[in-house]
Amino acid sequence: MKKSMERPFILKHFLLVSLLLFTFLTFAQDTAEGESSGYGSYVPEVVLNSDPAKGKELFNSLCAACHKRYKNATGPSLHRVTERREMDWLYEWIKNSQELIKSGDNQAVELYNEWNKVAMNAFPQLSNQDINDILAYVEEPKPEPKVAVAAPAGAETQGGAGISTEIVLGLLAVVLLVLSVILYLVNKTLNRFAEANGIPIRADKPKGKPIWVAFAENQFLIFVAVIFLLLAVAWGGYGFLMQVGVDQGYAPIQPIHYSHRIHAGENQIECKYCHSSARVSKHSGIPSLNVCMNCHKQIAEVAEETQAEGKKEYGVDYNAEIQKLYEATGWDTSTQSYTGETKPVKWIRIHNLPDFAYFNHSQHVSVAGIECQTCHGPVETYEIQKQYAPLTMGWCINCHRESKIQVGDNAYYEKIHEELSEKYGVEEFTVADMGGLECGKCHY
Amino acid sequence: MKSLFTIVLVAFSLAFISCSDKTERNYQYFPNMYVSVPYDTYGEYEIFPQEQEALLIADGTISRGFTPYEYEDDTEGYNEAKAELENPLPYTEENLVKGKELYNIYCAICHGENGKGKGYLVEREKILGVPSYDDQGRAITEGSVYHVMWYGINTMGSYASQMNNEELWMVDHYVMQLKAELEGKDPREFQTESE
Repeated sequence: MKKSMERPFILKHFLLVSLLLFTFLTFAQDTAEGESSGYGSYVPEVVLNSDPAKGKELFNSLCAACHKRYKNATGPSLHRVTERREMDWLYEWIKNSQELIKSGDNQAVELYNEWNKVAMNAFPQLSNQDINDILAYVEEPKPEPKVAVAAPAGAETQGGAGISTEIVLGLLAVVLLVLSVILYLVNKTLNRFAEANGIPIRADKPKGKPIWVAFAENQFLIFVAVIFLLLAVAWGGYGFLMQVGVDQGYAPIQPIHYSHRIHAGENQIECKYCHSSARVSKHSGIPSLNVCMNCHKQIAEVAEETQAEGKKEYGVDYNAEIQKLYEATGWDTSTQSYTGETKPVKWIRIHNLPDFAYFNHSQHVSVAGIECQTCHGPVETYEIQKQYAPLTMGWCINCHRESKIQVGDNAYYEKIHEELSEKYGVEEFTVADMGGLECGKCHY
Repeated sequence: MKSLFTIVLVAFSLAFISCSDKTERNYQYFPNMYVSVPYDTYGEYEIFPQEQEALLIADGTISRGFTPYEYEDDTEGYNEAKAELENPLPYTEENLVKGKELYNIYCAICHGENGKGKGYLVEREKILGVPSYDDQGRAITEGSVYHVMWYGINTMGSYASQMNNEELWMVDHYVMQLKAELEGKDPREFQTESE
């Protein structure tokens, strides 16, 4: 009976999903039709006949550092520029804007002053045709905001996927329940049959001693059991005591959801790009926000797929997280400048050695040349940063015993290296041989 | 009755397993040996503005080995630096190797390992508009490269917080070498330290 109730439920979901897909498809068709309408009427003929694909290449390599097509950046937004300016003026301006300003051209001087006298680079390498191509790309009509339509539809279908696993699990539970009910009913009916036919259901066994009494009377068994019990308690107790003060796996919720997976993994940014002080100081350093802004001045939004993935897999709106960065640094995206109103991002420190232990990053990173991942794990795969190593003394000591010293290219220690290799009669020796196990190296 | 007992047991053990919360720190034995008496790096204390131990350095503070940079952060300063500023570090192999190492950490991700402006982020179209070092319109010099690393320009940020003066000059040497390579010029001859 329950099964028959389940069916319309699935049917409903199927209908919902297909309905959404259908609306999405029709929307997509609409936008495709909208795009074919083409350029604005103000765009000159030469530009219309140029190649926007080639223009895109040039635009991305030469102009995009300062200009965006539909938004103001370091320089003004360029869409509809052919409506604002004459073509000849544009050729001159792009090839050498400073010369045009010096020549006293009214439009040029006005523009220069309006944009706080930020000089635009000269591009003498561009031909008029190149500029036409760039303008053809710039004047392409703004694509309809597909994101708004695609994202909810995508989210819904993904939500559907999430529900479907729940449905499967629920179904399994129901099936199990139904099976056990059936089993019980079958058993009951069989019993009734047996009763009706006069068959004895269970032959009553002669009642012996209960098993626990037999167990209690056997001294050897008791002895073994007690030993096992004591061992188990010792094992459990030891395990419990050894994990006190160890924060392995600690992954606090940070004020900004920062994904090492995207930055260090997908985008392959060096660890030391952000954690630059790991090279030269005791601390690896939580990067100050100006380092974030090195890239995020330009990257205000993540790619559509990344945004969808974040929502689906991790339940995070990456774009909102970037907005948190802008809020903290006081970056105004509309004027592309800092407002001066800042507030701290209160990151929660994860790796924290007890006060009685000394550790220095530069010694390990720059001198020994150890990979960050040796102690911090595969950070480039972490969506949320966590503590990989136990950071216990045993863990430190173990590595000091096993790690070989870099003897080559280390002129400063050449003499002591030679003496030590003579003393031990080996070519390579470990950190422990160098005194890496002495108490005073880390505790003082 | 027996099955009920099993169910309760399973439920209890599940509850215990799910109890370990990874967003909280573990408890500590004798925490007064763990927590430092002075203010901890990146700690949060009421005494500081905005409760952050990590603060900007006081105005006028300089770090060891710091040399002041005289040029202003505007077009004029850029042009002056471009025309007259020269790299004070000798052009040695050692400096160049160090410069290359730093370049590959801080610059190559956008500018590309060969300086053509096609770094990994540019290839993925995350960052756009990175010029090649042999760009004619810019015609970079030792001075202009240092000026841009110091202050940043347009979308590029300042790198003065990630490298010290000496390291910036090492990178400067390497950038000029990449430019020479792109332009197909012969590499500059190394100087000896005494020069």
